[in-house]
Amino acid sequence: MRDLLYLSLQYIRHHRVKLLVLTFAITLVAWLPIAIQSIVDQTAAQLLQRAEDTPLVVGAPGSPLELSLGSLYFRAKTPNTLPYSELATLETTGHARAIPLYYRFHVQDYPIVGTSPDYLGYRDLKLARGRPPALLGEAVIGAKVADAMGLGVGDYVISSPESVFDLAGVYPLKMPVVGVLAPSFSPDDEAVFVDIKTTWVIQGLGHGHQNLNSRESIGQILKRDGDNIVANASVHQFNEITADNLDSFHFHGDNSTNPISAIIPVPANEKAAALLLGYYQEERSDVQMVRSERVIGDLLDTVFTVRDYIVVGIAIIAVATTIVAILVFYLSLQLRRGERFTLARIGASRLQVHTLMATEVIFVLVVSAILSAILLALAQRYGIALLQQLLLA
Amino acid sequence: MSLVLDGLYFGYSDKGFALSIDHLKISRGETVALVGPSGSGKTTLLNLIAGILSPDRGLIQLGEHSLSSLGKTQRRRQRLCNMGMIFQSFELLDYLDVKDNILLQARLAPGVPIGTELQQQAYAIAERLGLADKWRRPITALSQGERQRVAACRALLLNPDLVLADEPTGNLDPDNKRVVLDHLIAVCKERQSVLLTVTHDHSLLPSFDRVVDMATLLTQQGTAA
Repeated sequence: MRDLLYLSLQYIRHHRVKLLVLTFAITLVAWLPIAIQSIVDQTAAQLLQRAEDTPLVVGAPGSPLELSLGSLYFRAKTPNTLPYSELATLETTGHARAIPLYYRFHVQDYPIVGTSPDYLGYRDLKLARGRPPALLGEAVIGAKVADAMGLGVGDYVISSPESVFDLAGVYPLKMPVVGVLAPSFSPDDEAVFVDIKTTWVIQGLGHGHQNLNSRESIGQILKRDGDNIVANASVHQFNEITADNLDSFHFHGDNSTNPISAIIPVPANEKAAALLLGYYQEERSDVQMVRSERVIGDLLDTVFTVRDYIVVGIAIIAVATTIVAILVFYLSLQLRRGERFTLARIGASRLQVHTLMATEVIFVLVVSAILSAILLALAQRYGIALLQQLLLA
Repeated sequence: MSLVLDGLYFGYSDKGFALSIDHLKISRGETVALVGPSGSGKTTLLNLIAGILSPDRGLIQLGEHSLSSLGKTQRRRQRLCNMGMIFQSFELLDYLDVKDNILLQARLAPGVPIGTELQQQAYAIAERLGLADKWRRPITALSQGERQRVAACRALLLNPDLVLADEPTGNLDPDNKRVVLDHLIAVCKERQSVLLTVTHDHSLLPSFDRVVDMATLLTQQGTAA
């Protein structure tokens, strides 16, 4: 058998170009439909799982899809906002607890999610290291953010300015990392979590600056009107919240009017959820409550339709490729008729001759199967994340 | 080992041709040229001796073994282990190099390990037939004469008792004809193998110990009985 294998390998080596082309063709038509099916199904399952875990979302009027994608996956470039007071309004219905989300800002490409301490518990997110954010300006980062940026507890993240050319715009805020989340294999792995007030500081709605009542600040005061002091542009504003300057941070105006992107209601039971949905659908037109599962389901229906068309197209190509492969094998067998005749005349057994002839087919099929399996594993490793990015972009 | 044919009869029922030989004995180490016009049954006779065809009746004996009484599988094994065959069209595999073509029959033969010793023997034969410098060359890079020498090496490698050659020089130029045949005869003589060669080339006949004309050998030719 070893000698037959040796002879077969010599044949394969001699005809390597033909056999490799055939192998790659068969690999592609075998792998593509399976990979597409598998990636789409797993992506859909992951997306739906997140939607099932977050059945209701409240947000500003607008696209339900954008609201769902934003509140579930933090993928919204300029999300519509609603006032923070909506949180209290929702809770006063008595049907649910409310978790605020504000996901307008970023650290590089990772969204900064301003929320309440309840969020980590709601998503069952565990800390791998450190502690939850306790003070204004502290951040907890997702596992992928920590890996990608090489950050840990004690390091800092800096919010990205929205526009470098906007001098009056949002300034970067340096935030200490006080905790790193354990991997949850969800969008939370790619987010930076801070207190909701920290996002308002990033936006400039709250700020800290040097004490204008001190002697050293006299040169920076334009006008003093009772308790109200107007400073000039030279006053030093803090871009990092520390224990020393924490007390200087303050918000002008009423926090209840500050913006948030969405609210996740956590109803006590299904009845409470139904009552809450009824309230928002019938009594509120200035805000919307969406059922995420339905919105994401509609999106996935479109994806499934596209997938089905692609798979049908590939299936037709697969049939054509199979016919061509059979033809190639048939022609190869015809070309090897002389070889079979020679082997038989020398004294080779029928089994030996058939084994040698079959090796070509077996080689192509086995290598195609192995390559397909490797490609499928790679597709599942990277394809799901890629498709999620495409869908959520 | 000597080769003995006795009362041999074979007929193609569909071609209207029959071959009948009363008696032929070729002694150990004897080289015999088989001549005769086309269609006289020379190749049929080689195929009968090789066991590719089975006689209708009669005896084919190689040494102590009666080949004509063996089954198909045993005849095939005899051919693989005790015979060397050389064909006019060389019958080499173009995806193997010189070395692997010479070792081909040995690889197919049961119980023959392809060890260093056998490979050294193969190289020695190749060297003797002037193929040492072509040892790892692909067959397609060889001339016609070199290919026929490779086929001869393959036939001789396992020290067969019987070498059957069907017009081994038919495709060669005069110089190569002489080289191939001289080597073949010399090796068979050394090893005391029986060499039975079909040839149309009368200029080569003096090299053989004996020339057998099919016309005188056959007792009956023509319509099958």
